[in-house]
Amino acid sequence: MHTIAHHLTDPILTAYAAGTLPEAFNLVVATHLSLCDECRSQLAAHEAVGGAVLEDAGEAVMSEDALDACFARIASSPDAPIRVGHNHHAKRKGGLFPEPLRDYVGGDLDAVNWRPAGLGVRQAILSTSKNASVRLLYIPAGAEVPDHGHNGTEMTLVLKGAFRDEFARFGAGDIEICDPNVEHTPVAEPGEDCICLAATDAPLKFSGLLPKIAQPFLRI
Amino acid sequence: MAVASKAPRRSGEDDLQWTALLLRVRDHQDREAFARLFRHFAPRVKAFLMKSGASPSLAEDCAQDVMATVWQKAHLFDPGRASVATWVFTIARNRRIDLLRKDRRAEPEDLPWGPEPEPDQAEVMELAQDTERLRVALQQLPEKQRLLVERAYFGDLSHSEIATETGLPLGTIKSRIRLALERLRHEMK
Repeated sequence: MHTIAHHLTDPILTAYAAGTLPEAFNLVVATHLSLCDECRSQLAAHEAVGGAVLEDAGEAVMSEDALDACFARIASSPDAPIRVGHNHHAKRKGGLFPEPLRDYVGGDLDAVNWRPAGLGVRQAILSTSKNASVRLLYIPAGAEVPDHGHNGTEMTLVLKGAFRDEFARFGAGDIEICDPNVEHTPVAEPGEDCICLAATDAPLKFSGLLPKIAQPFLRI
Repeated sequence: MAVASKAPRRSGEDDLQWTALLLRVRDHQDREAFARLFRHFAPRVKAFLMKSGASPSLAEDCAQDVMATVWQKAHLFDPGRASVATWVFTIARNRRIDLLRKDRRAEPEDLPWGPEPEPDQAEVMELAQDTERLRVALQQLPEKQRLLVERAYFGDLSHSEIATETGLPLGTIKSRIRLALERLRHEMK
């Protein structure tokens, strides 16, 4: 994989570490983290802030028998101490999708249930809670995703191929985070089809008339 | 129920002590070590969850649950990656997500961390010093900003609210970031 040039921002890492991102964004962030050492080490720092906040959160008195009750829970728990070595972590199984994405798709690329999204673009909406949505996008080489702005935040992670918009080039592993009121036209680079994972917390609004009419049907 | 005011500041040595206790739980299922961790962290987890909006009884129940998880998952604790407080925080956070939001939480792929089973003692030390610097820096933030950071971690701010600058003093934990990166790169070879 090429060197990742576009990373997660501090506010997004804070929200991920705090556990307050909508599920759809959470999936995009976890997928990027699976590909990006730098953001992973940054995440460790943001989680350390959580540790410091916990240390200084004050103390709420526990009930008198709390410790005994806790030992009882431990004893009655079905998966009481599993002894595992420290190098128990599973190796990456190959394939295109990192594990968090594979969990949502129910497999790798060949398990994706693509639907046409107009203009040669295909998409597969993944099931998450409703406050934000996430989809896989398949953009044929050289094709563009219609010019759009958004009402909310949009996160786009490139899994394969590359796209360009008015701002930069985004290759495999790169993530683009767009604020509300950014208008851009992502175009897949010629030569290779582009596959992205994109999340938004508002319906995209297209500026052309036709896509606007089609939008409610296509759920773009 | 009122939540007691801030505990006095601790030194990095306390962090090392919590780490040593958790390693005793991890390696020897030491109940006395666990009891000491419980007395320190359970009331903090309960306070944290109450500040996240849980009722006192729910927070108590979850705090017990979080501490039971500390025992059960002790084999996953890696003192070169996180202080005990940070590790407990991530467990409490995940519990809060299960509880208050019912969302699934996607976690990054579990990459392997280095062929050597134990981190260098110097790394653990460096991490503890980092942790202490971070706490001091947080306590020294202007009141308004510090409250903003706390609210973000109590789950009280949306990501778009966080985007308007919480100004985390991440510069104080540069060596933590560097160490984490080195270990990851080492592993990817």
